[in-house]
Amino acid sequence: MDTPSPLTLFVPEPEWRPGDMPDFSQVTIPRAGTVRRPDVTEAPENMRDLAFTIIRILNREGEAVGPWAGTLSDEELKEGLRHMMLLRTFDARMLTAQRQGKTSFYMQHLGEEAISTAFRRALRPGDMNFPTYRQAGLLIADDYPLVEMMNQIFSNDGDPLRGRQLPIMYSSKAHGFFSISGNLGTQFVQAVGWAMASAISRDTKIAAGWIGDGSTAESDFHAALVFASTYKAPVVLNIVNNQWAISTFQGIARGGSGTFAARGLGFGIPSLRVDGNDYLAVHAVAKWAVERARRNLGPTLIEYVTYRAGSHSTSDDPSAYRPKEEGDAWPLGDPVLRLKTHLIKKGIWSDERHAQAEAEILDEVTAAQDEAEAIGTLTSGHAPSPRDMFEDVYAEMPPHLIRQRQEAGY
Amino acid sequence: MIEAIRSAHDNAMERDERVVVFGEDVGYFGGVFRCTAGLQKKYGKQRCFDTPISESGIVGTAIGMAAYGLRPCVEIQFADYMYPGYDQIVSEAARIRHRSAGDFTCPIVIRMPTGGGIFGGQTHSQSPEALFTHVSGLKTIVPSNPYDAKGLLIAAIECPDPVIFLEPKRLYNGPFDGHHERPIQSWKAHPLGEVPDDHYTVPLGKAAIRREGTDVTILAYGTMVHVAEAAVEETGISCEIIDLRTLVPVDLETIAGSVKKTGRCVIVHEATRTSGFGAELSAMVQEECFFHLEAPIERVTGWDTPYPHAQEWDYFPGPARLGQALRRVMEA
Repeated sequence: MDTPSPLTLFVPEPEWRPGDMPDFSQVTIPRAGTVRRPDVTEAPENMRDLAFTIIRILNREGEAVGPWAGTLSDEELKEGLRHMMLLRTFDARMLTAQRQGKTSFYMQHLGEEAISTAFRRALRPGDMNFPTYRQAGLLIADDYPLVEMMNQIFSNDGDPLRGRQLPIMYSSKAHGFFSISGNLGTQFVQAVGWAMASAISRDTKIAAGWIGDGSTAESDFHAALVFASTYKAPVVLNIVNNQWAISTFQGIARGGSGTFAARGLGFGIPSLRVDGNDYLAVHAVAKWAVERARRNLGPTLIEYVTYRAGSHSTSDDPSAYRPKEEGDAWPLGDPVLRLKTHLIKKGIWSDERHAQAEAEILDEVTAAQDEAEAIGTLTSGHAPSPRDMFEDVYAEMPPHLIRQRQEAGY
Repeated sequence: MIEAIRSAHDNAMERDERVVVFGEDVGYFGGVFRCTAGLQKKYGKQRCFDTPISESGIVGTAIGMAAYGLRPCVEIQFADYMYPGYDQIVSEAARIRHRSAGDFTCPIVIRMPTGGGIFGGQTHSQSPEALFTHVSGLKTIVPSNPYDAKGLLIAAIECPDPVIFLEPKRLYNGPFDGHHERPIQSWKAHPLGEVPDDHYTVPLGKAAIRREGTDVTILAYGTMVHVAEAAVEETGISCEIIDLRTLVPVDLETIAGSVKKTGRCVIVHEATRTSGFGAELSAMVQEECFFHLEAPIERVTGWDTPYPHAQEWDYFPGPARLGQALRRVMEA
């Protein structure tokens, strides 16, 4: 008998590390407008191809082409651009504020602004998102007050969450934004539960779950898919594939699966892959999935292909694990620039108006920041009272917490 | 006690259509211990249904439903199977009210059969209550009899906070005092075995004094309340038996009042000793009653080993071991 050779362990590696020159020319990017748009009633088994392609609308010339185009009016497109610019400016200001020591931590959306802002537009009031830490665009695009967001980031006396949560872990039921956990993946299955509750209650609202490429490896991701599949829950399950889970490239979570969207196929869930840097494509696919959910046709899984152009958080330095040229080489471009080019191509926008909008947005964000800082920053001594941390542990404070609060001096 | 739990579900579902019940084998079949029998037939598949074998999915979807506005009461088939759902319980259910400053809440009940005495081995016998009592934001309940089980479960379902409801599985079919060699008792003869059909509640956070006594306070919950009764009968020592019923928030007033009177305290639980709930009770009694104590506080518990199969009765803290502890504190 042959003696078997020793086994070897395969550990995937990204194609490029610092010092390498990234080259995405081998990556197949379907041309805009070439991917078909099935009817929402089409059987999931007949649209498995959509998990292995990339749905795109904006072409290189800035034109909206193909069967997915045409879901947004000119005014909505201009507002979409404003939302993305607002989110980017907000991020820039808050990053600076963190560096100035006004708060402990921040997470930006650079390069991913289209996903949450465009998705929000596909929902109706009353629908509920179960977001991760990189979907503040859901709030921005729903006109949540910037000052409230900043109060939360500064953990000041105006913080709606009373200084209890890490910066950017917002919560707003009124704006369809479930309290962000910080533990990864847990919210994905909660979204399915919320959607099931809506169906149990014969309501018409739907839910949206959010998760990153790295966290799809969590067991809660699989729990979410099996519950969504079994009960045909009215939920849109969003995977934001920004290529990097802190320093870990997406191949570690994806393993032998061709794409993250392909994970949905084994559950019989329609699974689509979309250009996450294409505001129009994000909206069109979100609208399609939301319609399926609303019409009781069940869940949809969407993978947004994008690139985390910035650091994971203010505690992270990407130059230690990926080439700094990788972001510029990324073939799907900048979502803000792409929508701007489209609007100019349509004749409804110009470089001058863009510069003017940038200035107006900066004024708006600066004014909000002045207002929030007047209440206080993390370090200015205007934090919520320590008495507050004993509240809301339970609906009614039990005797042991009353004693501990007194022991703490409050 | 099974019928009491079933009846509690029935009353709660009848009174409040937001109450939904689900878990593994819970729907059509009515649960492996039959605690949800007949509910699907009476209230429909939308309100009582089977789930995939996924505890994180069961708890995670329950949290989402509670955020929507429903009142989920879910079953984990055995407390030993709870661990895949533990992250959802600890990191999510327990904290949602606090971290959202009350914007979202999580009124869910997570029921699970707990404890040994049924030859279940290490995967069907654990008593993980301390894993919940250590977590701020949870309430943890352990009933010891059918009357309380029903009243506490209804109170838990009506409670606006997440509640862990541990059902001592050896008590499902009758009181059990640890004398495994004797014939099985039924609840019929027990004064707390009779359960009214109508809705009633037993308040959370209130202990019950099961027996009054003068010399030793025994702190017990679940099956151990019955073990304590046997040990007291067999030793003839005048003991006050306190059935905690709620572990968090614990009824410190009743505990301290009793220990200050008796001057001695023995704590008994089935769970492993190190960092068990008995350690917390012992610390509280010491803090509150130190100058009233006439003997060291004793703990009678499961050993710090995995729960064994063949050696079950050497592991299980029965009346003989508790009796020895009672004699020791009297002689100290």
